[in-house]
Amino acid sequence: MPLKKIGSLKKIGAVVAAAALALTLSACGGGAGGTDLTALKIGIKFDQPGLGLNEGGKYTGLDVDVATYIAGKLGTTPDKINWIQAPSAQRETLIETNQVDLVVATYSITDARKEKVSFAGPYFIAGQDLLVRADDNSITGPDSLAGKKLCSVTGSTSAQNVQKEVPGVNLQNFGTYSECVAALVAKGVDALTTDDTILAGYAAQAQYAGKLRVVGKPFSTENYGVGLKKGNTDLCTKVTDAIKAMIEDGSWQKAVDNNLGAANYKPGPGNPPTPAACS
Amino acid sequence: MGDILARYDFLGAFWLTIQLSFWSALGALLVGTVIAILRVSPVPVLRLMGTAYVNTFRNTPLTLLMVFSILGASYVLGLSIAQSVETNLFYWAIIVLSVYHAAFVCEALRSGVNTIPAGQAEAARSIGLTFNQSLTEVLLPQAFRGAIAPLGSTLIALIKNTTVAAVIGASDAAGLMAVIIENETGTVGVFFLFALGFVILTLPLGVLFTSLSRKLAVKR
Repeated sequence: MPLKKIGSLKKIGAVVAAAALALTLSACGGGAGGTDLTALKIGIKFDQPGLGLNEGGKYTGLDVDVATYIAGKLGTTPDKINWIQAPSAQRETLIETNQVDLVVATYSITDARKEKVSFAGPYFIAGQDLLVRADDNSITGPDSLAGKKLCSVTGSTSAQNVQKEVPGVNLQNFGTYSECVAALVAKGVDALTTDDTILAGYAAQAQYAGKLRVVGKPFSTENYGVGLKKGNTDLCTKVTDAIKAMIEDGSWQKAVDNNLGAANYKPGPGNPPTPAACS
Repeated sequence: MGDILARYDFLGAFWLTIQLSFWSALGALLVGTVIAILRVSPVPVLRLMGTAYVNTFRNTPLTLLMVFSILGASYVLGLSIAQSVETNLFYWAIIVLSVYHAAFVCEALRSGVNTIPAGQAEAARSIGLTFNQSLTEVLLPQAFRGAIAPLGSTLIALIKNTTVAAVIGASDAAGLMAVIIENETGTVGVFFLFALGFVILTLPLGVLFTSLSRKLAVKR
């Protein structure tokens, strides 16, 4: 019996050693700046219909399609992509701590974020818009919100922006947009505001078919970029080239139509964008 | 870090946290005392009601209650308290925090009642005091004094739990933290700043309640 125990201990030791070895191997296996381009870890939203959605291990959405295309150009086949959930507040941390190689998660390029991470792109230009009930014609844009109840997410750029745009607006904030959509359908609020891509994703969902409508008067510009490790120009250039190729060969248009087209959504002015040069 | 402090309204956000805490603590103390009386009353139906209340609210997540108050009660059932979103959620947050923490206040008070030797209640009844009289003259005064330490813990938990009101859009400390993380990206510094704010609110309370529980303990 004691002999057996020693045997199993040895086995455990061997497993640990093998695991440690595997870790070091994978750590130096990659090419460009420590990134393994054949098995990318990509951060996406898991809860944003039309953009990045995890349905029982099946990933769909515009961000997923863009990420899959970029990964393909970089040398990662779709089955080798490791999808990682990247909630808005954690995106910089995930990149800085190497938990993801790329973030393709409705990630707007801003100066504050550029201090922490680098961006490739933009691959899409979104704008803040309003989602209303399909039969409600009284809301035509941000200037017709007087006396209406508006919904957004606590702390989000959209929530702050609309308070500047329409001072004194009656704004209800929730933790997620899904709660806003539920309140909108229940007629508790009159409109939901955030990026038009997110709104179009909800309007295109089967359970809301014909019930919701995107107003189509964007009042801000959000440049969606691919977030990556700060200063990794090599990777940034490769991703930028992949985005350019995607727009040129028509895959970009196809991805937009497939994921957001169902609710008559048309991408706003400036699309398809011209990705900026990496610095 | 200094410029973040200057650009955002920290005091305003923590002031809302303090307001939420104050009114909810008052509400929780009132409701909790009533439920505690139900739980020690001689009428089985009342005891059952008290037990049901505690078991329901102590075992329901606060976030769930909070979201229900706005999404369920205000918007689906139409039970809005005020037309203004901000006022409506402020009142609902106080109601939910009061109702939720009342269950814990009740249990703290009941533990206070249990510190009183059974003979005292029997003695009170035997000299002819009614249930109400023995409750207000003998049991509750001693129960409060015996329950100060757990009541203090409940108050501190309540203050920290006000942050849950951010999920229904309150512009309290947690709401401001969400704004700062969105604009400035999340840093350890921002996190520590808010943690410090709560420590400043709760640490003196902890010291106060510990010394009160020593001073006011019923010497037996």
